[in-house]
Amino acid sequence: MMRLPKFRYLQPRTAADAVQAAADAGPEGMYVAGGTDLYPNMKRRHQTPRVVVGLRRVRELRAKSGSPTAGLTLGPNLTLTEVSRDPDVRKAYPALARACLLISTPILQNMGTIGGNLLLDTRCNYYNQNQEWRKAIHFCMKKDGDTCWVAPGSPRCWAVNSSDGAPVAIALGARLAFLGPDGERTVSAEDLYRDDGIAYAAKKPEELLLRIELPPVDGWRATYQKLRRRGSFDFPVLGVAAAVRRDGDRVAEARVVLGAVASRPYRSREAEAALVGRTLDDTSIAAAAEAAFKPAKPMDNTDFGLAWRKEMVRQYVIRALRELRDGA
Amino acid sequence: MAGADKTLRVIGKPVRRVDGRAKVTGLTKFADDLFLPRMLFARLLRSTEAHARIVSVDVSGASKHPGVRAVLTGKDLPVPFGILPVSEDEHALSLDKVRFVGDPVAAVAATTEDAAAEACDLIRVEYEPLRLIADPEDALAHSEPKIHDYADQGNLHKVVALEFGDVEEGFREADLVREDLVFFEGNTHLPMEQHAALATQDADGRVTLWSSTQTPHYVHRALAKVLGLPASRIRVIATPNGGGFGGKSDPFNHEIVAAKLAMLTGRPVKLTLTREEVFYCHRGRHPTLMAVKTGVKRDGSITAMDFRTLLDGGGYGSYGVASTYYTGALQTVTYRVPRYRFRGARAFTNKPPCGPKRGHGTPQPRHALEVQLDKIAESLGLDPAEMRLRTLHPPNSLTANYLRVGSMGLRSCLEKVVEGSGWRSKFRKLPEGRGVGLACSSYICGAGLPIYWNNLPQSGVQLLLDRGGGVTAFCGSTEIGQGSDSVLAFMVAEGLGIPPADVRIVTADTDLTPVDLGSYSSRVTLMTGNAAIQAAERAREILATHAGAKLGVPPTRLGFAEGRVFDVEDPAKGMTFAEAVVCAESKVGTVGTVGSYSPPPSPGRYKGAGVGPSAAYSYTACVAEVAVDRGTGIVRVERIWIAHDIGRAVNPILALGQVEGSVYMGVGEALMEEMAYRGNRFGVHKIPSMLEYKSPTTLEMPDVVTYLVEDPDPNGPYGAKEVGQGPLLPVPPAIANAVYDAVRVRVDEVPITPEKVLRALKLRAAGKEARVGPTRFPDVPWPEAIRVPPPWEGGDGRAVAGEARAAERGAGGRRQGGLATGVSK
Ligand SMILES: Cc1cc2nc3c(=O)[nH]c(=O)nc-3n(C[C@H](O)[C@H](O)[C@H](O)COP(=O)(O)OP(=O)(O)OC[C@H]3O[C@@H](n4cnc5c(N)ncnc54)[C@H](O)[C@@H]3O)c2cc1C
Ligand code: SF4
Repeated sequence: MMRLPKFRYLQPRTAADAVQAAADAGPEGMYVAGGTDLYPNMKRRHQTPRVVVGLRRVRELRAKSGSPTAGLTLGPNLTLTEVSRDPDVRKAYPALARACLLISTPILQNMGTIGGNLLLDTRCNYYNQNQEWRKAIHFCMKKDGDTCWVAPGSPRCWAVNSSDGAPVAIALGARLAFLGPDGERTVSAEDLYRDDGIAYAAKKPEELLLRIELPPVDGWRATYQKLRRRGSFDFPVLGVAAAVRRDGDRVAEARVVLGAVASRPYRSREAEAALVGRTLDDTSIAAAAEAAFKPAKPMDNTDFGLAWRKEMVRQYVIRALRELRDGA
Repeated sequence: MAGADKTLRVIGKPVRRVDGRAKVTGLTKFADDLFLPRMLFARLLRSTEAHARIVSVDVSGASKHPGVRAVLTGKDLPVPFGILPVSEDEHALSLDKVRFVGDPVAAVAATTEDAAAEACDLIRVEYEPLRLIADPEDALAHSEPKIHDYADQGNLHKVVALEFGDVEEGFREADLVREDLVFFEGNTHLPMEQHAALATQDADGRVTLWSSTQTPHYVHRALAKVLGLPASRIRVIATPNGGGFGGKSDPFNHEIVAAKLAMLTGRPVKLTLTREEVFYCHRGRHPTLMAVKTGVKRDGSITAMDFRTLLDGGGYGSYGVASTYYTGALQTVTYRVPRYRFRGARAFTNKPPCGPKRGHGTPQPRHALEVQLDKIAESLGLDPAEMRLRTLHPPNSLTANYLRVGSMGLRSCLEKVVEGSGWRSKFRKLPEGRGVGLACSSYICGAGLPIYWNNLPQSGVQLLLDRGGGVTAFCGSTEIGQGSDSVLAFMVAEGLGIPPADVRIVTADTDLTPVDLGSYSSRVTLMTGNAAIQAAERAREILATHAGAKLGVPPTRLGFAEGRVFDVEDPAKGMTFAEAVVCAESKVGTVGTVGSYSPPPSPGRYKGAGVGPSAAYSYTACVAEVAVDRGTGIVRVERIWIAHDIGRAVNPILALGQVEGSVYMGVGEALMEEMAYRGNRFGVHKIPSMLEYKSPTTLEMPDVVTYLVEDPDPNGPYGAKEVGQGPLLPVPPAIANAVYDAVRVRVDEVPITPEKVLRALKLRAAGKEARVGPTRFPDVPWPEAIRVPPPWEGGDGRAVAGEARAAERGAGGRRQGGLATGVSK
């Protein structure tokens, strides 16, 4: 069987201790929450931290506070199952509940956390392979090699952000609070992600995700549509999170977020522009879908071919927006 | 047999399988569950090159690594082996070259798994890369560098051509001649349990190997050959397989390595493969390109068929020669094909070797044929079910290629699925986006010939009767989840009139059990079953003689049922089964019997006639109903109706499990499964993981309505035929035909992915031919065909003299292939 590399496992009880432990370990340290992303990756030697800072004993990371009207705050260590079953989330932020239920399998949802989901490593089928396999392709730029096999000649890595939660967090306008050695800071979910398969999160390694702050619902409605090969188990090959706030008939504000087609989940400003000021009807929806489709640039590093995945952007934006239009 | 007409008490009843409780409670010991004191752990270092000469292997670092007890390289095990005597082209560890990424090069045994893995990392292998042969087209274009030296031509491992009657003449008689090109992608078995082996050597030098294998007898032979030990000093025990599906039917390098390491270290050695390594073992479905040309009369009756196949064999022979013949063998047993030509070629390529997967070589041609018949029916304006019903092969007759069809229940199968699915009210009548499709198939119940030539029984059963009333049945058959242990117990219980719980079974142990060739070719129920019946009958005779003497009843009047031996004319008069054993034992000593089975000889006498013959053929008909999303091309199989002519269901629950499992596998092959490689990126397997090799989950599994058609076959035990493989065959073509019914596009290629469906839909929308599939069959240097006149043209099963010899010269004048490729004697 594939075995984990050896590491030291720490179990701090407070967020501050966790940050201290990570800071002490430096580049040799990593956090682990549910471990459903990190441990498989360690078995494949993508990450080989000498020190793993376990977060399961840190109570404050499992807290929940606030309300849909005032804004709901979720601790990053809540499991996907807990988030998907939370009555407030289900009522006021159903898109997030749906995203959690669409992640992998129910078994994994019992273990994986929402924080780990937002900080998932990027994926690529030249990368998510064991060490011997990667040796056979002379490794790649993301780990141990120089070339990007998806786009040889490219100066960057195109690994895909495959989180189902991230596009929804952006569509909901979530803000993320981090604790570092220098104290706390908050960023919008949108600003956390970078268009780079290697340095995919704008955060320092020792910064600890402390809270996920969902803004007041305030007339917003959001949804999430996921495309994958099978009804369970699979990462998205495309995720579309869409949110609109309407003013009467017209769309006052819109967020259309595409996941799993780039190294970061991103807002399609073009699609949003096609909606704002219009009624949500077949014409505006088609225009928004076309606007999202055109610049979408999936790479050949996930399941399915890239041409089809690109084409599906149109289909799934239409589906998501129709759902918002017709939704109960 | 005696008492064949009596009511059956076990056979046909949903008795719980003998290993059921252990399996669901986790008590079953699979190979990796075994631990022995002082056991070492072994790992293989595998090639990171797809095609290369090995310049040097430096193991000095590994040997010095703490915990390491032994390191092996190719020269430690230089004797070649392979499942077929005509293609013994494997080495336990590559000797001088590697042939795919994943080919094993060295092995380490250490006190921990970690130490073994770390030591593997310290082994330095220097390779001199050779040009990669990516696929059959590449192999045809490049005869150099040769992957193996012994191929028929360049990198074409095997090229065969057979003709039964004048096919061109047959096409001239036809009202319609259709030619189709169809591609069937390769896929793999994906058993839940990875292969694992544990070996140990005792104080007297005897070696024991426990392994998750479907063929302990063949592993036994390979070990003897490679280790250079007499077979009598080697014991192979097949542990219950956590699924095999054909993927554990070859003798494997890791088995030999574990045994060798145990001999070198004097300690038990276990070697469990990782999931990636299971993908490298492979031996799965050959990717097959097919050109099928069929001539038909207006009523759909076939006048002639010409079939060409091109198989991508991967890096080694494995069962490939047999697989190649199988792509041409069974087209003739479902519908009357008066004239038939088959040409098949298998290429060596730098990928894990292909071999037998459920249906071995026959699902691909079956797919092509059934899809083509759907098109032909449409051209002729016939209902595809009606057309098939009119052209069924008659029971108890010979086919053009000299296969002897016995019982033939396809008519009932077709009627069942047509009726059950509401075919007549659905076909071409459902709203756009929904459709139904139909297909039929047939499969062998055990290969007529063994892998290596011999005229010995193919299955043996030994019974030991205990004076306490228990019976132990010994048999080499191997439980791979299909229920063979249960079938053995049921057959013995039925034969002796005792409850299955009183039968203890000892199976798949070469020290203890008579040879059974293994769990492949759907042979076990029929062959082991017949051997068990014979052994039980002999035991009854002994018991009846002595119990009869005591009771004063003629032995022929004694019945055996419910644990008693009694006078059938006065059932009150009798004794318990245990008393009958005591009676016999007191007269003749220990009571034991043996039974064995060999399938009937086949009438075919031409080179290649060894592949296809079987004691009986099972038949299946299937209707699939699908929904196709026109925006995405995603196909959902909503429901499958499937009828299988099983002769007799030995146990209906086990049979249903096999049918549903076959449907599951068929759905996966039809819609998503794919052994994909990156030919342009060093030839690596694209996705050797259970996450990214896409196989259906329960959510993709359609509802299945199963009909078991029971038309007992005189050659089957209690009339039983196979059910383990046949029901897979019609599933992919039924789905392909249903997709056409739903959206009028043809995807002449499996898997039928959403991408292909959408591409075809676009072609349709643009007014072009709404088809996605291969467009070209490359030129293959076929040898002149071996001509065999069919039975109705006065043939006697032999090739026409002279031409046959010429054909052999054409094929390179090789005599190899003789026995194991199945030339019958
Ligand atoms: C078979 C399989 C299928 C999957 N399918 C999906 C899918 O469909 N969709 C999907 O989105 N994901 C999928 N995943 C990925 C993953 O399991 C989930 O995203 C899960 O939510 C990750 O959470 P975790 O707690 O297990 O993360 P972990 O593995 O514990 O951590 C993931 C990363 O986040 C970091 N981290 C965790 N918590 C914190 C914190 N509080 N502060 C700072 N850093 C932190 C870790 O250091 C690590 O780098 C799948 C995984 C597997 C193995
Ligand atoms: S995108 Fe390129 S560099 Fe990044 S993981 Fe894939 S192959 Fe490697």
